[in-house]
Amino acid sequence: MAAEIRNYTLNFGPQHPAAHGVLRLVLELDGEVVERADPHIGLLHRATEKLAETKTFIQSLPYMDRLDYVSMMANEHAYVMAIEKLAGIQVPIRAQYIRVMFDEITRILNHLLWIGSHGLDCGAMTIFLYAFREREDLMDCYEAVSGARMHAAYYRPGGVYRDLPDTMPQYQASKVRNAAAIKKLNSNREGSLLDFIEDFTNRFPTYVDEYETLLTDNRIWKQRTVGIGVLTPERAKALGLTGAMLRGSGVEWDLRKKQPYEVYDRLDFDIPVGKNGDCYDRYLVRVEEMRQSNRIIKQCVDWLRKNPGPVIVDDHKVAPPSRLDMKSNMEELIHHFKLFTEGMHVPAGETYAAIEHPKGEFGIYMVADGANKPYRLKIRAPGFAHLAALDEMARGHMLADVVAIIGTQDIVFGEIDR
Amino acid sequence: MAITLNTLVDQLRATLPEAAIGSLKVALDEVTVEIPAAEWPAASLILRDQLGFEACVDVCGVDYSAYQDGLWEGPRFAAVYQLLSYAHNVRLRVRVYCPDDDFPVIASMVDVWPGLNWYEREAFDLFGIVFEGHPDLRRILTDYGFVGHPFRKDFPVSGYVEMRYDPEQGRVIYQPVTIEPREVTPRIIREENYGGR
Repeated sequence: MAAEIRNYTLNFGPQHPAAHGVLRLVLELDGEVVERADPHIGLLHRATEKLAETKTFIQSLPYMDRLDYVSMMANEHAYVMAIEKLAGIQVPIRAQYIRVMFDEITRILNHLLWIGSHGLDCGAMTIFLYAFREREDLMDCYEAVSGARMHAAYYRPGGVYRDLPDTMPQYQASKVRNAAAIKKLNSNREGSLLDFIEDFTNRFPTYVDEYETLLTDNRIWKQRTVGIGVLTPERAKALGLTGAMLRGSGVEWDLRKKQPYEVYDRLDFDIPVGKNGDCYDRYLVRVEEMRQSNRIIKQCVDWLRKNPGPVIVDDHKVAPPSRLDMKSNMEELIHHFKLFTEGMHVPAGETYAAIEHPKGEFGIYMVADGANKPYRLKIRAPGFAHLAALDEMARGHMLADVVAIIGTQDIVFGEIDR
Repeated sequence: MAITLNTLVDQLRATLPEAAIGSLKVALDEVTVEIPAAEWPAASLILRDQLGFEACVDVCGVDYSAYQDGLWEGPRFAAVYQLLSYAHNVRLRVRVYCPDDDFPVIASMVDVWPGLNWYEREAFDLFGIVFEGHPDLRRILTDYGFVGHPFRKDFPVSGYVEMRYDPEQGRVIYQPVTIEPREVTPRIIREENYGGR
């Protein structure tokens, strides 16, 4: 007598450590094989786009940090680019370099979190600790420049909030650390922020080698990722996948090269491309992207050292006047008051500004009708398209592979649910 | 091969039938074409197969009812598609207006660009635009059992219902919102050349 075989419907999440946030995944299983995956999203929906319609252009900038909350400045970048495009603002060259440098710092931040959590999902514990060690340094860069470790709100329409600081915050002596230990911790924080970043870029390639030692030839890692979630280039394009998800399948497409924005066309870097389109290739692509980002940061540091200059436009309809001027000059006081109460006006029109976000193409479609608030703001989040492809990628795989696929998609719910 | 915007405009005029081009604009280095809803299914195939727009990266629902504080005279709802051609490295924006304001319907493009599945669900959820022929048109971002389409301009930002735990019934309940909607910074459209610019 044959045993009766039943299909299972399994509810995965919304509170599950491998769901990378609040993903509720309804899986139809035949034994342990996934027949259909139906992600239920929206548990983190905050209606950022609707809120932006009720706020002035500058007021909704900090909301952008909270979209993809592991690559904060990259989100801001697309948003300010859309405003600049509509209003025809020319950003000072130094601000463009600063933006590019922080975009790449953000890319490393994002990829470090991704490699840590992806490894953790697949059973590699150690990589997580290594990755977070370096994230700490990069978040100190965020803090030095904006005062916040994560939600920076540093980019502004017309440039960046302020120039790079000349000093780095230092560790203070405490109960648990004596003076000698503090001195050692502070050894690379004696100079400016640029010195600190340069020191980081010198150390970082070794760190990436360490990650690769842990994973690249690791037998278990390969068993969990090689041949899992394979996407053909045609399918990846048709599904609207971008970023490493597309490049892992062998499509050479990177907005930094293909549709260069800011100063990417002046910088020297390569675009890694995968071959088989599986989770392992996407891992290799992202690891190489970290090395390339490191190269870009180095070039930016060099340039920024040699070329001082303004970091925000000198147009007080867009950017605030200096505090000193504001307090001594009536005209500037009025500008300051108008800018922070009524806000800037953006001419009527519509635009789509896209950047190569660490996760893929992050675009802002903005419709303005001439008011001090956007009429409609649409955030094109890369993760949304990636998660939509989960069903197709997971079909026919085992239950445990779904976790690897969620990991390789680099899912963050802040941007998917918006 | 990358092509310029002028080449793209010429190609669009040459390949799309006359009836399919409602208007064709180039602004801010971006091409926008408006296609009537009836022509859109045929035009989408031409765009994908003949002009090489392999991917549609985004669909955005727009409610134009409050545009420029009521100066808008066209149809209320539109879906805006951002097309991308990898081969030619060029983008195109397509706007399709829904002919009926009370029951907005547009043909679904899931068969043409399979990546649009969720984007159309999102536009349906937030704006109530019905995509005819969509295989699985469910709500996506809002709560289970949500009533209304929250991104329409007549939907208040604070919504209609709020949720709280009721200790007497021992469960979470919905009740009408208790907060007043407020606008801290008023929305202003200034006349042209205001402040000397």
